Amino acid sequence: MFSYIGRRASHSILSVIGLLTLVFFLTRLTGDPSALYLPLDATAEARAAFAKLNGLDQPIPWQFAEYLTDLLHLDFGQSLRQNRSAMEVALQAFPETLKLAFVAITLSTALAILVGSLAATRPGSLFDRIASIASLAGASAPDFWVAIVGILVFAVGLEILPTSGTGSWAHWIMPIFVLMLRPFGLLVQVVRGTMLSALASPYIKTARAKGLRRQTIIFGHALRNSLLPVVTVAGDLATSLVNGAVVVESIFGWPGIGKLMIDSIIQRDFAVVQSTILVTATAIFILNIAIDLLYAFLDPRIRY
Amino acid sequence: MKNKHDSILKDEGPILKIEGLTVDFLSNDEPVRAVDKVSFHVNRGETLVILGESGSGKSVSTSTVMDLVDCPPGDIVGGSCLFDGTELSRLDAEGRRNINGRRIAMIFQDPLAYLNPVYTVGRQIAEVFESHDAAHGKQARANAIELLRRVGIPEPESRVDFYPHQFSGGQRQRVMIAMAIALKPDILIADEPTTALDVSVQAQILDLLRDLQRETGMALVMITHDLEVAASMADRIIVMNGGKIVESGLAQEVFSNPQHPYTRRLIAALPHGEAAETSHRRSTDLTGATLLKVEHLTKEYVLASGAFAGKRTFKAVDDVSFEVRKGETLGIVGESGSGKSSIARILLRLNDPSSGEAIYAGENIFEMSGKRLVAFRRKVQMVFQDPYGSMNPRMNVRSIISEPWAIHRDLLPRSKWKDRVAELLDMVGLRPEHAERYPHQFSGGQRQRIAIARALASEPELIVCDEAVSALDVSIQAQVIDLLADLRTRLGLSYIFITHDLPIVRHFADRILVMKQGKIVEEGPTSALFSAPRHEYTQSLLKAVPKPKWLTSTEAPPAVPGAPRPERSRNGSVAG
Repeated sequence: MFSYIGRRASHSILSVIGLLTLVFFLTRLTGDPSALYLPLDATAEARAAFAKLNGLDQPIPWQFAEYLTDLLHLDFGQSLRQNRSAMEVALQAFPETLKLAFVAITLSTALAILVGSLAATRPGSLFDRIASIASLAGASAPDFWVAIVGILVFAVGLEILPTSGTGSWAHWIMPIFVLMLRPFGLLVQVVRGTMLSALASPYIKTARAKGLRRQTIIFGHALRNSLLPVVTVAGDLATSLVNGAVVVESIFGWPGIGKLMIDSIIQRDFAVVQSTILVTATAIFILNIAIDLLYAFLDPRIRY
Repeated sequence: MKNKHDSILKDEGPILKIEGLTVDFLSNDEPVRAVDKVSFHVNRGETLVILGESGSGKSVSTSTVMDLVDCPPGDIVGGSCLFDGTELSRLDAEGRRNINGRRIAMIFQDPLAYLNPVYTVGRQIAEVFESHDAAHGKQARANAIELLRRVGIPEPESRVDFYPHQFSGGQRQRVMIAMAIALKPDILIADEPTTALDVSVQAQILDLLRDLQRETGMALVMITHDLEVAASMADRIIVMNGGKIVESGLAQEVFSNPQHPYTRRLIAALPHGEAAETSHRRSTDLTGATLLKVEHLTKEYVLASGAFAGKRTFKAVDDVSFEVRKGETLGIVGESGSGKSSIARILLRLNDPSSGEAIYAGENIFEMSGKRLVAFRRKVQMVFQDPYGSMNPRMNVRSIISEPWAIHRDLLPRSKWKDRVAELLDMVGLRPEHAERYPHQFSGGQRQRIAIARALASEPELIVCDEAVSALDVSIQAQVIDLLADLRTRLGLSYIFITHDLPIVRHFADRILVMKQGKIVEEGPTSALFSAPRHEYTQSLLKAVPKPKWLTSTEAPPAVPGAPRPERSRNGSVAG
């Protein structure tokens, strides 16, 4: 297993280096930061001094070589905007995103497993039909639209929830709800489908012939066998949330890594963009290994 | 005989009594009657065999007893199931739970599918104790280990923590049995318990079931389509056909004097029998020229090589040499993993051999390429075990059969295709109008006929049949083998007939190779091999073919009426 993790890690380091290379050159296509950070009437000398200070006067390949050398010394560059270490900025924002992602994914998975399983045990029932419609609507509703309508109704209209920002528990409600919608919808459909086939499988007949309790049959035997596809989809959704829920974080002013990334791109804060990418890429790599290990835990036939 | 039987069992009365059971299955058009007014009873301690071919309703009727029929699509129209004085259909969920697993237990055909793949076998056995509050925790685990030991799993203390996929097929069925007998049920229902197993493993499982029955005094209801298994286990027998019971009675009477035409047909199709030497299915002329000569054929597979383990190889076929003459049927017999199918695949160039050669009509098969390989493939055809899996479901029968002519252009001009398809269908006993249908619209036996027609279309000289009748019901098996024998005579074909089932080839093959672990252990003319098997593996295979119970039960000579069988009385003392 450890050799498997080692193998995966070395592959991932290669792809992270490729990603960073791409990001490095793409960010530099967005324009010259000195145009944003210095006053419009700044002199040519001042611009040159700014460029020299931030290493922007060198040819781009040279800048890249310097960047790589700095990386080896764990120096991720300075944020132009906040005038401190870019990695510090990224690592400060990341926990905010993680908190949001963790709560949203955990809640939606748990809820979806419950709703999907119950729907699958009574296919064609009223509950099943309501669950199907609700999950379809959840999976297809655009999150930015739900977020804006939510703000209009609950913050502007009813004034019971804050429009944006952080601080109290009330600030969590709308972002979590909006982030949960799509994962919940998709997962209910996945759980329902895999549970239906699991409940029709021969080992469920055995369980019934053994005289097990209904809950044991549904949640002990059928659900346990249906979890693999659920973990696959939930893992995929978690990845996209860890990546920074750019739209939702921006709309609700959530100081997470998605918002930081988009702000830094707009502000041409190259070092911060690169650091956020490095942080999220590493997190996604760890998440993927965790999902693979979870597979092996859930299904004894899978061994690495 | 009948009196004796009744006198022993009457005092206790039947433990299970089913009356007028009728079950429909709802389909799109109209309900299909799967079980039609079926009545039977099971006495304590006896073995009742329900015999029938696929679709006869035998599994549905016992599944109803366990409440395992899904409604819908199932619909229990009427009838009663009386178990030890309790009407099963009126039970609520909790009452049902108290019977399932505790008083009536069931084992199934395919233990790999019927065991939960994600739990250890120990947990799955312990679960029976825990859900019925018979034992918990450490005690349940200890019980599970004890049960595994009882059903003959070696090293039960460590194997208890293994998962189902880590056991062999026979061991998995032993695990299922351990689970079923955990709470010493009154009735064990065994639904085709040995159908998926090799014949020597089958014999072990049947022995185990007999022993357990003797120990616990449980009644055994065994569902099977295999007449030999039925004869070797049954005290009484019920024959089902088309959802109805067509015959029932004491096993020996049903077998020796079948009343219903269906039962007679079944028993006539039974491939075992003492007068085998008169078989009309073997070819008469054995002086044909050598068609195929295989020498020192070896196929090695490289197993996963770890950093420390080094390269390990597995010899699927190990230095095999044989000949097939024109007009001859060569039977290759072996259990799963013996390498018999590997030989077929290599001879058809579906896999490449590691070494060795095969000379077909003067030419080495393994050196052929291009046009010569195409021509060779026309002359050697294959019929597979599963005709459904080996036919394209989106092609109708006409395109399936005429496809060889599209590949081998010179074989038949397009204008004659239609007539030839009709001719071939007629030859294999199907009707010309079947040509426009699709594979799923046929029964298993009919599909195998289509597969044979397809093989014949390219006018082959040699047909390789890989378990070609193993998936078919016994009466259909006989028909297909008769067809193959007839075609051999008429068309001068040769066959390589690969099977795990020794009795099938007894009437059909001229010579037999017995294979074990990739090697040929015995080779010889069929009659010599059956009458005087030399190798002990062949002997064990022959011995493993189940023998009728009334011939083997030496403790109770059936000639002495009134004498209780020793096993019965022992039964009583254990049960009481």
